[in-house]
Amino acid sequence: MAYSEKVIEHYQKPQNVGSFGASSDVKERSDIGVGIVGAPECGDVMQLQIKVDEAGKIEDAKFKCFGCGSAIASSSLATEWIKGRTVDEALAIKNTEIVEELALPPVKIHCSVLAEDSIRTAINDWKKKNGHEVEDDHHHH
Amino acid sequence: MTAQDTTIYFDHASTTPCDQRVVDAMLPYFTSIYGNSSSRNHAYGWEAENGVDTARSQVADLLGAQPKEIIFTSGATESNNIAIKGAARMYAKAPSGSENRGHIITAVHEHKAVIDPCRRLEREGFDVTFLEPGSDGIITSEMVKDALRDDTILVSIMWANNELGTINEIPCIGKICKEHGAVFHTDATQWVGKLPTDVEADNIDLLSLSAHKMYGPKGVGALYVRRRRPRVRLEAIQDGGGHERGFRSGTLNVSSIVGLGAACAIAKQEMEAEGERLRGLRDKLENELMSRLEVVEVNGHREHRLPHMTNISFGFVEGESLMMGIKNIACSSGSACTSASLEPSYVLKALGVGDELAHSSLRLSLGRNTTEAEVDEAIEGIAAAVEHLRAMSPLFDLWKEGVDISKIEWQSH
Ligand SMILES: Cc1ncc(COP(=O)(O)O)c(C=O)c1O
Ligand code: FES
Repeated sequence: MAYSEKVIEHYQKPQNVGSFGASSDVKERSDIGVGIVGAPECGDVMQLQIKVDEAGKIEDAKFKCFGCGSAIASSSLATEWIKGRTVDEALAIKNTEIVEELALPPVKIHCSVLAEDSIRTAINDWKKKNGHEVEDDHHHH
Repeated sequence: MTAQDTTIYFDHASTTPCDQRVVDAMLPYFTSIYGNSSSRNHAYGWEAENGVDTARSQVADLLGAQPKEIIFTSGATESNNIAIKGAARMYAKAPSGSENRGHIITAVHEHKAVIDPCRRLEREGFDVTFLEPGSDGIITSEMVKDALRDDTILVSIMWANNELGTINEIPCIGKICKEHGAVFHTDATQWVGKLPTDVEADNIDLLSLSAHKMYGPKGVGALYVRRRRPRVRLEAIQDGGGHERGFRSGTLNVSSIVGLGAACAIAKQEMEAEGERLRGLRDKLENELMSRLEVVEVNGHREHRLPHMTNISFGFVEGESLMMGIKNIACSSGSACTSASLEPSYVLKALGVGDELAHSSLRLSLGRNTTEAEVDEAIEGIAAAVEHLRAMSPLFDLWKEGVDISKIEWQSH
């Protein structure tokens, strides 16, 4: 399979790899939201942790990914895009934007969906911890 | 620039380069000795026939067979089809169109070129048992013995497995079949030219091979068909001019057959030394990777396997991303689990590999031109790619924390 330049770049130098602590440690921290999602199509797993300030702005984001090159690139790109945005702005990111930016072929669309889902799951986790209402709409593809 | 300038070739189990000596032997047969080997009336035909006769002796010599027992084909796929369908239909217990036509034994981790002919025979009224190997990948003579029935007419067990390199108990399986009166076929595509063969001592009735796995050209192979004690008969699957004792009609591919013969002659001379050299390199590759990285496993029996290849699994890295990280190494990748672009390996599944941990595996197969420098480069490249991916792998973290990954319920979209 031929990968786009951008996928290769993210694969070789992924941005914001890591975490703010083991899942068990960050569970209690109200400034951190965690999203762990899996792609049923292929068994790949993506973990996104976000650090959110009092105003609801994403200060920092870290990802880990067990998945194909496109999944790695999608999550790396997602962390770049959400850093500095408010949670509501981040929720507006669509997987189709990731597909476009990384020039993903049709078989790799679900890898970008994984990234979008990890953003939503992490933000919802943060919202729940902080008593915000969680909207649960699915609006990708 | 071609792949050869940039990429290490560790995929000799898929195909090998043609040895220059093989090419040299073949060349005259394209433009000078171009006769049809069945033309009996002129020197062009006789010269071509001489080339084919020499090749037939060279193949027979490598197998411990008689030249008359060698049938030239287009490769192991065709040889397997002629052998399996031909023997089943010849020795059927009931005519076409009926049920219970006879019992066939093979294994789940055979090549598709054995599995699919057997599946077709199932639809034609034969009963097929697909044996499951042990976790070491090996089919033992005990397994075959336990599966034999009064109506077993054919047993087809490969000599060495193409994904794992593991070696089945061929001489013993052959002996058991002989005692039982069942025809024994072995797909020896990965074996021949790597380790010694003696169809008499090894009790083989039918044997398939392909030239391109042993430094010969692609698209040519052979089938050994026993002629004495007992004489094995086959119902031909291709009708025509009656070439190759009627088993395989069609004008012979003289230049390629000459190439196959030359490849067999070279293998006979060189395979022992070559095997030892490659075993050393393979062991180095394997041992280095295992000592540098955690959660690395060799799939299949460590001893009973071909010397030049390894099938090795790395826990907590995904297959496609691993392949992306080792672009300069041409090899095959497999995994027991699914990925969008990589087929799950039914061979690894049969071994129960990776049920418990997400992993991916590489089949690395070395060859005649492999150098130690290439092995060293591959060790560095693979170790670096695995480490790069593990630094990103949430599953590797969980494993280190002691979490049982198979028990986690992932939230899916
Ligand atoms: C064990 C085995 N059998 C059969 C084949 C088929 O060989 P060919 O494609 O040359 O017909 C192969 C090669 O992939 C093989 O490894
Ligand atoms: S193939 Fe499944 S995440 Fe990319």
